[in-house]
Amino acid sequence: MKFPKLTPKNITQANLSQTFTRRAMVLGAIQGGIGVMLAARMGWISIAENEKYSLLAESNRVNLTLVPPRRGWIIDRHGRPIAKNRTDFRVDIIPDRLQDRERVVGTLAQLLSLAPEDVERINEELDKAAGFQPVQVSDKLSYDQFAAISVRLPDLPGIAPAQGFSRDYPAGPSVGHLIGYVGVASAKDYEERKDPLLITPGFKIGKDGLERTFEAALNGKPGAKRVEVTARGKVVRELTTRPDTPGKTLQLTIDAGLQEYAARRLGTQSGSVMVMDCRTGDVLAMASMPSFDPNSFSDGISHLEWDMLSQDDHVPLRNKTLQGLYPPGSTVKPMIALAFLEAGLDAATQVHCGGSIRLGNRLFHCHKRSGHGSVDMHRAIKYSCNVYFYTMAQRIGMQVIADMSRRIGLGQKFPLPYPSQSYGTVPDPEWKKRKYNQEWQVYDTVNATIGQGYMLINPMQLAVMAARLASGKLLMPNFLFDPRRAPPGTLGVRAENIEVIRNAMSAVVNDGGTGGAARISVPGILMAGKTGTAQSRGIRNGQRNNASLPFRSRDHALFQGFAPYDNPRYAIGTIIEHGGHLNRIEDAPMISGDVLSYLFDKAGALERLATYEEGWGGDPRTRLKRQMDSYRAAKGLLPVLPQDEVQANAAVTNSATVAPPPVQTDGSTAAAAAMPAPEREAAPSEEQPE
Amino acid sequence: MSIVPAPLSRLPWRLMLLVSAIAAFGVTVLFSAAGGSMTPWAANQLIRFVLFTGMAVVLSRVPVDLFARMAFPAYGAVLGALVVVELIGGVAGGSQRWINLGFMQLQPSEFMKPVIVLAVARFYARLPVGETRRWTAIWPALLMIGVPWALVLIQPDLGTATMVAAGGVTVMFLAGLPLRLFVGSALAGAAIIPIAFSFLHEYQQKRVLIFMDPESDPLGAGYHISQSKIAIGSGGLWGKGFLQGTQSHLDYLPEGHTDFVFATMSEEWGLVGGVALIAAFMLLFQWGIRVSMRAQDRFSALIAAGLTTTVFFYVAINLMMVMGLAPVVGIPLPFMSYGGSSMLTVMLCIGIILSVDRDSRRGLGAGWR
Repeated sequence: MKFPKLTPKNITQANLSQTFTRRAMVLGAIQGGIGVMLAARMGWISIAENEKYSLLAESNRVNLTLVPPRRGWIIDRHGRPIAKNRTDFRVDIIPDRLQDRERVVGTLAQLLSLAPEDVERINEELDKAAGFQPVQVSDKLSYDQFAAISVRLPDLPGIAPAQGFSRDYPAGPSVGHLIGYVGVASAKDYEERKDPLLITPGFKIGKDGLERTFEAALNGKPGAKRVEVTARGKVVRELTTRPDTPGKTLQLTIDAGLQEYAARRLGTQSGSVMVMDCRTGDVLAMASMPSFDPNSFSDGISHLEWDMLSQDDHVPLRNKTLQGLYPPGSTVKPMIALAFLEAGLDAATQVHCGGSIRLGNRLFHCHKRSGHGSVDMHRAIKYSCNVYFYTMAQRIGMQVIADMSRRIGLGQKFPLPYPSQSYGTVPDPEWKKRKYNQEWQVYDTVNATIGQGYMLINPMQLAVMAARLASGKLLMPNFLFDPRRAPPGTLGVRAENIEVIRNAMSAVVNDGGTGGAARISVPGILMAGKTGTAQSRGIRNGQRNNASLPFRSRDHALFQGFAPYDNPRYAIGTIIEHGGHLNRIEDAPMISGDVLSYLFDKAGALERLATYEEGWGGDPRTRLKRQMDSYRAAKGLLPVLPQDEVQANAAVTNSATVAPPPVQTDGSTAAAAAMPAPEREAAPSEEQPE
Repeated sequence: MSIVPAPLSRLPWRLMLLVSAIAAFGVTVLFSAAGGSMTPWAANQLIRFVLFTGMAVVLSRVPVDLFARMAFPAYGAVLGALVVVELIGGVAGGSQRWINLGFMQLQPSEFMKPVIVLAVARFYARLPVGETRRWTAIWPALLMIGVPWALVLIQPDLGTATMVAAGGVTVMFLAGLPLRLFVGSALAGAAIIPIAFSFLHEYQQKRVLIFMDPESDPLGAGYHISQSKIAIGSGGLWGKGFLQGTQSHLDYLPEGHTDFVFATMSEEWGLVGGVALIAAFMLLFQWGIRVSMRAQDRFSALIAAGLTTTVFFYVAINLMMVMGLAPVVGIPLPFMSYGGSSMLTVMLCIGIILSVDRDSRRGLGAGWR
């Protein structure tokens, strides 16, 4: 073999082979080097950054879901639950995960045998719902229904069954306006707070009444459930669970038994009863009837039920105790008498009542056309003599009456845990000048003394007036139970004057006065009170028969009182809207007497109520249900319509409805404005009843 | 050895043991990736491995001379197929990488990986020794590499195009072309990269950008790399244990049985498993390079080293991809990733290298040029 010169130009087989060997070794070294580099890189990721990536893998794997906290109970002064939680099986729809809405909702309706109006409500809420905000289908599933849905989950995307708690109001409609209700947070709430708890299925917030006011306290702290999930969000297994912290229990001054009794005792009437403790101002009962059932509101009310409630002329959606305004009528007479006494009038001063009195060119009648003859203060209150008060008021003047009205609580806005309160008017010359730019007239004074004209109060003020008159103390209504509350201040009136008023008010009930129906049949307990009639329209001569008038034109019936008369414990204010004194059992005095007698003789009171309710067709819950059934029937056989026709109907209803039905969360003014104002005569009437 | 028949004892047992060990590990990982099941991946992979191993053994009996003679016809055939794919893609609209043969889908670019090595090696083997440092030694090879590279790149398949170019250039390097050419080209390439980048498809550009910073888009295009790094990083030193990987079993890791099978493995076997696997691959490459250095002739030497490097590119690009050192280009990990085409290609390479090995042991090719 030859060895040629090793020049670039002269390449041989041998040096090519050498080059190859050298370069192959370089290649092998590079490969080995890259292998080492890759191992080093892997070591860096898995050892040095292990902690970071382990954490990321965990946060991938583990999904934290919130467990809605159990809401705090609301209990009465004796510890009886007014609002509690019940365990339930529920199913919700998560709109964002829903794929075939019609099919899914249809399947659910079939599985759960949902009523057409429920389907309508679900569709409606789905239209309004935002993203992951759940829409409740039902929270009253039986275990079998729950299981039936759970096994079909793969075919029902967007459906979230869960076991949870829902709000339960054992007394139903009786506490509707007192407690309010809860509901799913609105899209607006979520926009504002961005709290993921708000869109957790099963979580409800207070929407009205005490539930809304004490939301922060009643709402506990959510628990958390850690679950292992796949990348697609499917739950593989449950890891650990942190229990929720239930909300605080709220103890009210309410006596749950009395509350329910008062609500039931109102019967078929549209009215309000409020009972106060005369020593502390504690509100023992605040019933406004008819009412809605907070249970069905909290579950998501159907369009149909909402329609029925909002069309009812007994306005079940208005809390009459706080938002209704009525002329107080003759119930103000004891208060005005007290004003006279404080202004120095002798109670024994006599006035002759001939049935009417002439002021200028107008004739003002007493409710007894033949006249009461010679009356002093005691007889004037007992028989509710208008002429006595017409005469004395002219003598003493309006300012004294207006001052006492305000002291006794009329026109006063109380610090109450409710979002909305109407507080009425106590007129005086300055007010009229400001409001109408007119001079105060004598007939204005005359009208005010019998609680007509410009004067307007709410039923709570009626009860507060009764309590302050009875006790001589500056009582304020309380709703929160607190045994260590500072005692109330004094009204600043002389005790002997209070004594005069109490005796006269006792005579109204027990001594042949106008309020005999309020008498309590409990030995040793004498009730004191004062009746009243408030006109809701101008009455012309010959039209005085309330029974012949349409419901909305009838007079309001009022009663304020307390018991026992000589050592007052409880005060009551009752208003029957458009009662017209047509039915003695369902009139304000007898209702008031029965409600207070419950506090002294529970068994007797309940026995009487049972008899009455037979005539009324059951308790409020039963009647509400029957009303619902007949309303549904009257709406044209909705339940038997085929499915697609119901859908079409729902669409029509939706477009025709301007306001969203169930949630009335606006501020007090808006809510009050939306309610039909109680009718009253703006101009003073010439003729006065009683 | 006496009781074992001579043909059997002459089989390359040590190599087969090494490859089988890697493949068995791969089947184990696929078994876990399916949630502890032989179906749908592990069993298929096992059967394929056995079949292709048989094919590699058959190839090892084929004389190297035959490969040399088949190199240019095979190159021409694959190139033709690439053009056909491009035409079909043009007609159908959009990118197309395979020809549907009815019973299977043929991906010609996959075959181009070994064939380019054979063809370029064949070219240099036939080139007169004195021509090695002239232009005539360079431009035909560049053309042979450039045409299929361009065809694959416009499919578009950046990963395969890169491998085709790298395989061919490696053979050029081994053929003894002046070193300054490679150094110069590397520098020029570095300068051209920004320009080339602008010619990439938008989704390819995005992949490259996200590869630079995968956390910038953890739920979008950076998802693959992020999840892969999470899988590897959370495995730690010893791993989470067989069947215990959460990233793969809960579907967070995409393509956990194909391109990202290394991440699936690392999560359960940790750094220890990863280093063992890398070491096994390195042993394989060491064997390949040694075969090339023992080779009896120029063509054998070039294809042994070239095909070894082709397999190396599979491993290196795939591992760099799953560890976040390279963009996501869709190169599988040999013997580990589920899939028939890549295993076929790799086993073709192994079979041809075995043939070279057998050739040199028998001392046949001596004096073949």
